[in-house]
Amino acid sequence: MSIAISLRACGKTWAGGARGLLPIDMDITAGETLVLLGPSGCGKTTLLRLIAGLEMPDAGGQVLFDGKDVTRLPIERRNVGMVFQSYALFPNMDVTGNIGYGLRVRGTPKNEVQKRVAEMLEMMQLTEFRHRSIDALSGGQRQRVALARAIAPRPQVLLLDEPLSALDARLRDQLRQEIDTLLRVLGITAIYVTHDQSEAMALGDRICVMEAGRIAQIGSGRDLYHHPASTFVADFIGDANRYVTQTGEVILRPEELSLRPNPNGAFMITRVTFLGPVLRIMVRHRDGQELRADVPDDVTLQPGMRVEVTVGGAALMNTDPPDLD
Amino acid sequence: MHDRLRAGLLIAPALAVFLAFFLIPLGYLAVAGGAGGYSAILTEPRFLRSLISTLLVAAATTVITLFIATIMGLFLARVRFRGRSTLLALLTLPLAFPGVVVGYLVIMLAGRQGLVAEVSLALGGDRIVFAYSLAGLLLGYVYFSIPRTLLTLMAAAEKLDPRLEEAARSLGASPFGVLRDVLLPGMAPAMAAAGAICFATATGAFGTAFALASRIDVLPMVIYTEFTLQANLAVAAALSFLLGIATWAVLALARGASGGAAA
Repeated sequence: MSIAISLRACGKTWAGGARGLLPIDMDITAGETLVLLGPSGCGKTTLLRLIAGLEMPDAGGQVLFDGKDVTRLPIERRNVGMVFQSYALFPNMDVTGNIGYGLRVRGTPKNEVQKRVAEMLEMMQLTEFRHRSIDALSGGQRQRVALARAIAPRPQVLLLDEPLSALDARLRDQLRQEIDTLLRVLGITAIYVTHDQSEAMALGDRICVMEAGRIAQIGSGRDLYHHPASTFVADFIGDANRYVTQTGEVILRPEELSLRPNPNGAFMITRVTFLGPVLRIMVRHRDGQELRADVPDDVTLQPGMRVEVTVGGAALMNTDPPDLD
Repeated sequence: MHDRLRAGLLIAPALAVFLAFFLIPLGYLAVAGGAGGYSAILTEPRFLRSLISTLLVAAATTVITLFIATIMGLFLARVRFRGRSTLLALLTLPLAFPGVVVGYLVIMLAGRQGLVAEVSLALGGDRIVFAYSLAGLLLGYVYFSIPRTLLTLMAAAEKLDPRLEEAARSLGASPFGVLRDVLLPGMAPAMAAAGAICFATATGAFGTAFALASRIDVLPMVIYTEFTLQANLAVAAALSFLLGIATWAVLALARGASGGAAA
């Protein structure tokens, strides 16, 4: 059921000459969830649409499904499931009609369609809404219908384009967990586009961070967090301080810094903010550089106090902890 | 109570105009037919025939116009090309033409000395003339119905969410399936609205019919003849009233079908 996807030199130049995507090579393992993460305009949606068959790559580019060249195959013959940010449910059909659509247009026998739709309704906890019109559903329900509709025809690959961005924060968390469970149960190859790093961390087996039409880095969330390939990745995944030492620029995570009161310390506390789980402290070096540090709550740390800062563990992109004095 | 009074005062001018220029003349028209006028319509097959042929021509005009304008509307809303705005300007040019001019254009094309006749003659065939037949009238009606219908349908096509089409395709729908399940349902309210206007205009169009309809009796022509030439005021009034009722009924049906979007 599940398939591997390969991209070979897939670039995309728009009609006006703008480069949407520089030629990219990528392999996605069968059953894996790959998250495409990046700011708007980085090419992540273009990459998804190339895989879907909604865009053609520039000449020379190739899209392979399980080694078979599908570059020229239109989307309706690629057997992909798609979920959109705007849901894109058919307003002229009810919940049942939407979920069964993909099966009906493929000429599935009526009783099989009914059976599969009932299965999907059950799985997405939508059974009580099966005769509702789309207008009468909440945002979260609509996206569940959209998921059910995409999965019902048993696609080879599931493509999700910012499916949670239109929902409010609480619903987003809940649906994100549902999608996570769903992808694991189905074991389907999935590609998930988002600009939200916490969504990417929670869902992706691997995360592909994109920047200006190219891949900045691909790896597990842990890899990207602890070993970012560039300052862009470090900035995009988690919180990062950039700090220049005698040996060059280092990237420091706020939670890796610890502070110790020391009247001769190189840093001075400029601001203390209580965030609940941690205390966020801004410190300024004698040379004017600032650092954010997240430390356990400690009432003795006050603005104006001199401290020394040490780095626990390895600094990012550096093997040795830098000396911050 | 105060609010009601104010609302009553605000709507009074509209009511006065409605009463003076619509209800009273219409009521008078309905009555002016008298028993004689209405019974003449029922007994004289010519009148009934003209009512039916008028409605049929209007219906055919509506169907043909919607067919052409839906395709053009979808195309022009989606495809950007050089000369698109020029083409659109040309297509909507007939908006400015009176019906008589449209009739004249049809004669230029398909009349006795028209282009079609000359070409068919030059090719060694008979002189093909259809300007003064049902086909000519239909051509004229379709020609002047296309601009207003096209503009409405183009606006509707532009408002369609392209993601809906992509979703249908991703689920395996063929281009025809996309048209049937996404595009046409999405355009349906606008098609009903534009079709209703098109139908109403075609039933009442006088100028084109005046220039062309020497062989078929469409109702506006019959009313004109009865009124001016025969001085048969009762029949003219009764026919006018029936034409109004029939057209209004079609508009009401279209309004029902389109959920209030129609005129």
